[in-house]
Parts: sequence; C-alpha cells; structure tokens
Amino acid sequence: MNNSLQLAWLIPFFPLLGFLINGLGRKSLSKSLIGIIGSGSVLASFIVSVWVFLQVKGGNTFDAVYFDFISVANLNIPFAFKLDQLSSIFLLIITGVGFLIHVYSTSYMHEEKPEHFGRYFAYLNLFVFSMLLLVMGANFVIMFIGWEGVGLCSYLLIGFWFKNTEYNKAASKAFIMNRIGDLAFLIAIFWLLLKAGSVSYNEIFTTATLDKLNGTDKIAITLLLFIGATGKSAQIPLYTWLPDAMAGPTPVSALIHAATMVTAGIYMIARSNMLYSMAPLTLNIIAVIGLATALLAATIALKQNDIKKVLAYSTVSQLGYMFLALGTGSYVAAVFHVMTHAFFKALLFLGSGSVIHAMGGEQDIRKMGGLNKYMKTTHLTFLIGCLAIAGIPGLSGFFSKDEILAGAFAKSPILYGIGLFTALLTAFYMFRLYATTFRGSFRGTHEQEHHLHESPAAITIPLIILAILSVIGGYVGVPEFIMHGAHTLKDFLAPVFAESNKILEPHELSHSTEWLLTGISTVLIVITVAYAWSRFSKKADTAEAEGFGKVLQNKWYVDELYDKIIVQPLNGLAGFLNSVIETKVVDGIVNGVGRLVSYSGRQLRWLQSGQVGAYVLLMVISMLLFFVFQFFIRK
Amino acid sequence: MPINYYIFLSIALFAIGIVGVLTRRNAIIIFMCIELMLNAVNLMLVAFSKMHHLAKAGTVATAGTDGQLFVFFIMVVAAAEVSVGLAIIVMMYRNIHSVDVNFLNRLKH
Repeated sequence: MNNSLQLAWLIPFFPLLGFLINGLGRKSLSKSLIGIIGSGSVLASFIVSVWVFLQVKGGNTFDAVYFDFISVANLNIPFAFKLDQLSSIFLLIITGVGFLIHVYSTSYMHEEKPEHFGRYFAYLNLFVFSMLLLVMGANFVIMFIGWEGVGLCSYLLIGFWFKNTEYNKAASKAFIMNRIGDLAFLIAIFWLLLKAGSVSYNEIFTTATLDKLNGTDKIAITLLLFIGATGKSAQIPLYTWLPDAMAGPTPVSALIHAATMVTAGIYMIARSNMLYSMAPLTLNIIAVIGLATALLAATIALKQNDIKKVLAYSTVSQLGYMFLALGTGSYVAAVFHVMTHAFFKALLFLGSGSVIHAMGGEQDIRKMGGLNKYMKTTHLTFLIGCLAIAGIPGLSGFFSKDEILAGAFAKSPILYGIGLFTALLTAFYMFRLYATTFRGSFRGTHEQEHHLHESPAAITIPLIILAILSVIGGYVGVPEFIMHGAHTLKDFLAPVFAESNKILEPHELSHSTEWLLTGISTVLIVITVAYAWSRFSKKADTAEAEGFGKVLQNKWYVDELYDKIIVQPLNGLAGFLNSVIETKVVDGIVNGVGRLVSYSGRQLRWLQSGQVGAYVLLMVISMLLFFVFQFFIRK
Repeated sequence: MPINYYIFLSIALFAIGIVGVLTRRNAIIIFMCIELMLNAVNLMLVAFSKMHHLAKAGTVATAGTDGQLFVFFIMVVAAAEVSVGLAIIVMMYRNIHSVDVNFLNRLKH
C-alpha cells in the first residue's frame, strides 16, 4: 500500500473535477475561466501521467486497489487501477493530445455563447475522465464503465449543436451502433465471470485460469470482445457511425474520433493479448476484418469532397491497419500505430478545423484551393501530417506502418499485398486532399477570399507541437534492421506481451527481406504522392463523379444497404406493432375491461333501489340459498 | 319433551319475525320482529343446551351450562341494542315525521 503510485487516482480525478466545475458553473463562469479550468485539469492529469510513466519506466508497475466496487458471495470486483507499461503509454497519449486539443478548443469554440462554451468543456472533461477510467481500470468492469462513458460523451459531443436535426441523428446513430458492440462486450464479461470466475486482468491472464477455458469459450469470448471493439473502433460492420460523427465540432473529431476513443478497441485487445493469442481463429478473423475495413474505407476516401469526411474515412482505414496488426500478432506495432496515428490524425483534424475556421464554416474542398498563400503555419503543419500518414520515410507514420506491413508479410504475403495497396490509396487520397485544399488557385467566393486569415496562436501552437510529435514520434520504434536496439517502445512494452510471444512464437523476418519490403513500399508511396500532388495541384478534382467514382462517393451504398436490410424492416415491424398490436390488442384489452365494468354496472343498477325492505328480502333469500347449499347440496 | 317441539317453535317464531320484517313498513313493528327473531334463536340455544346437559351429565361437570349463560349475555346485548334502535327511530320521526321505512330511500339518490 505504500507504493507512491497509489496516488494515480489523481489522473482521472482532475478532469472529473473540471467537469463538475464547468458543468455546474457554465452559466456563471466567464469564458476565459472555463477555458483555464478545462485545459488546466487535463494539464494536471498530464503532469501526473508523466510522473506515472517515469515510475513505470523505472520498473515500478503497480495495481492500485481503492475499494470494493462489487462484493457479492464469491464475486469480488475491486475498484482498482492497473498501472503498467501499456496503460501508461495510453495515459500519455490521452492526456497529452487531449490537453493540446483543449487549448485549441478555447480558441475554436470562442464564438459559442458562454453557457454552451461551458457545456462543451464539461463534456470534453467528462470524456477525458471516462477514457482514463477505461485505460486505467484493472478489470473489465471498470473498463466497461469508461467504455460506456466515452460512448455517452461521444453522443453528447456529436450532437453538441443540438438544434440541428441531422446532427442529432448522427449522434443517435453513433450511440446505437456503439450499443450493439457494447452488448457483445457485456456478454463477453459475463462469460468470463462464469467460466474464469473473475474479471481482473491479473487473475484472468494467467495460464492457470486460461487453461480452465475450453477452445469454444476462448473463441466465443474473444469474438464477442472483438465485436465490442468493432463498435467502438469503427470496423466492419459497425463503422458507418464514425464518418457521420463529423457533425460534432472539429476538435471533438480530433480528440474522440481520431486520437483516443476509437483506439479503445485496440487497447482492449492489446490488453487481452494473452487470451487472443490462445485463439488463433479469432486473430485471423481480426486480421481479415481489419484489412477489409482499411481497404474499404480507403477506397471511399478517394472520392469524398468534405475535408472532414476524408479524414474520417482515413481514420477508419488506419484503425483497420491497427486491427490488422493485432490480428497478425504484432501487438507492439498496433500500439505504436495508435500512438503515431494519435499525433498525426489529431494534427490533421485540428489543421482542417483551422481551415474550416478560416473559410467561415465551409467544408467542401472543391471550394478551397491555394490556401498555402493565406495560412502558412496551418499549411506547413498539415503537409507534415499528410506526409506522416502517407508513410514518407523519416516521419512517424513510416515506422509504424512499416512495422505493421512487416508483421503482415510474416503471416501471409497476400495480407501484405493488400495492406501495401491500401497504403498507396492512403497516400493518394491524402495528397488529393492536400493539393485540392492548399495548392492551385482559390475557388471560393470573393467574400470568403477576403475573409481568409491565419488562425490565432491558441490554434497554431497545438498544431506546431503536434507536427513536431508527428515527425519525431516514430523514433521510439526504429526497426531492428535499421538500427539495432533502437526500438525502445518494443523493449518498454515487452513485459506486457511476453506471454503472448511465448504462445505465438512469431518468426522473425530476415533483415534483407525487411529492407526489400521497406524499399518497395517506400518507392511506391513516394511515386503515388508525387503523382497525386502534381495531378491535383494542376487541376482540382471538382468534376462530378461518374461510374465507379459515384459508387465510391456514395460510400459503396453501405448506408443505403443498412437502411434497407435493417432500419426499414425494423421500422416496418415497429409500425406493425404500433398499428396492430398496440391499438388493437393492448388497447382492446384495456378498453374492454373498462367497457365490461361500466356495462355490468348499468345492468345491475336496478338492484340498488334504495328500499331497505328490498335489501332485507335479498339478504334473506341469499341466506336461504346458502343454507340450502350448505345442507342439501354440499354433503 | 322431545327436542323437536322446541325446534319447530323456534323456527316458527323466526319465520314470523322474517315475514314481519319483510312485509311491514312501520319501523317499530319491524323492530319488534327483529326482537322476535333474536329470541327464537335464544330459545334454540337454551333447548340445545338442556339436551347437551342431559346427554353428558355425570361425565362432564359443566356440560350444558355455557349455552344457558350465553342467553343471558344475548339478552343484555339485546337490551342495549333496543335502546340504540329506539333512539334511531325517535330521530327518524323527528326528521321526517313518520316511522314508515319506505321514506328512507335516500341511498338511491
């Protein structure tokens, strides 16, 4: 108990405090005070997180138990935090990137009324709190609390501008899609409780406990957990909520729908790596689904014209990559990509927010163009983000993506081939986006052109910091074949995945193969980038899409398909229940009882004559009948 | 005397009481008929009690005494009831200047 990491409760406590102050005082506090409280609470968490990280790095991993959360008979679920290598990395990402986004928001949301400004920061703080709970929890129940919390905050923030019906629909869609996954997650927790008798990571992820599970249990539990992850991390088939989630304010997209919440599924699977390693079938399914999602989302992103939609589909695609990494057993690569992706995707989203801000709310890239002349910082940082996500050597995305592809190759060259193709698509659509937005000449109205300006410091400074991180973030994971012993992340995370590696025994690729793979992908990516850059700088892709392009622009008609096979039948069923079951059967029974009572009352009215003699006569007759019954009929 | 006679007398008295209650409209007559029914039952109790005493005398010391005692209690309670009932009839006369129960049909309205 004397471990100083017991103080880790401070990390989620600060955002919770910020949420309470901003939420309750949103009508009385001034905007600047709300901003300071909102950002300051996350900064405080970040500082504590750094301290925790340093402790963990020094070898001090610890399970901080606070109190009994649920204690019934044999079931004991403590409220406890697990502070190890994996959670400390996520803590740094969440609070670090989260803090920058809070600072950015103080400027981005400044035109809101103070009340809504306070509400916004309260939601944002609540989100950070939930996410921290999710990551720190030492058992699946605490994780589930955070899991639900981030889902709720996502709903609240997507529907932040609640006067717009479309936005509310998008919020509901996100919430309902998440619920489907959450249900599977919940069933998996119960299954674990039933078979393993515990939900604590420390107790479940031991060989002794896992041996109690038979093959079916392992596959079912891992699959159910994975379904939970597909909901939260936007994978096929539950990915359609994420692009619609762009209805929320842009910093929200950056924080929730790029950097943190959507990585919850990855975290969960990485946390349960030992269980997954024992269910190779599930791993294969994850790899295939991840890759399919990556490919599908990348093709859709090729033809989107909304700056945020492109980034949203690119997020789905990158998440698919992470699942590919998990599925091929390279857990470290997945966590690595989560980290680098958090940097460059937050950067890209915040950059797009800066662009939208300057354009006065316009999100259609066909009406932009040539913005590099007006917004130097935003342009430069956005370019760095694009280069990083495309995987240009030297930037963070290169290292993490390369590691994922190498892992995929070790599993199967087909996975590698499709993965590489998706990477090329990524490079292509990112530079289509970049060139259409920042290169060429301006295509908006004259008024908009006059209005164009660089954003204030509260927006550009987070951009610059994130750009720096996007560049250097990759150097914690320099591959073995380039520089021996420079993959510090792998060494750091080694204890978490030690057991899995024993089970999976991944076979290492030879250095020459790795050089070859890296060489091929680098050359192809550079060619794609150069092609997209030159093509869309000269002539922006403003023509209406035709043929196959139209299919892509309409997102493969997946939304329409879901509408046809799920939403409409459900609506039909609900309509049937409403018009037939509800009005005819249920109302019929209720009204029938009422009618029966009033009818029988009318019929029996004459009995109540008011004549005392009549009552007495009735009484005597009844008693006589009773006696007759008693003595003559009932023997 | 056989018990049958007592029973017949008692039933006759009770029936007269009932018929009186049902057919007469004067509240005082009805009241008297109720008393008649009450005493028919009293008679029955005493008769059965005596029979019980004859059957069990010698074996059970107190056989048949409780029925006799009960009758005294019923008489006392009946006297109390009479005073209440007569008071009600007096109040009824003061209010509607009649003791005809057919006027008492306000419950209907």
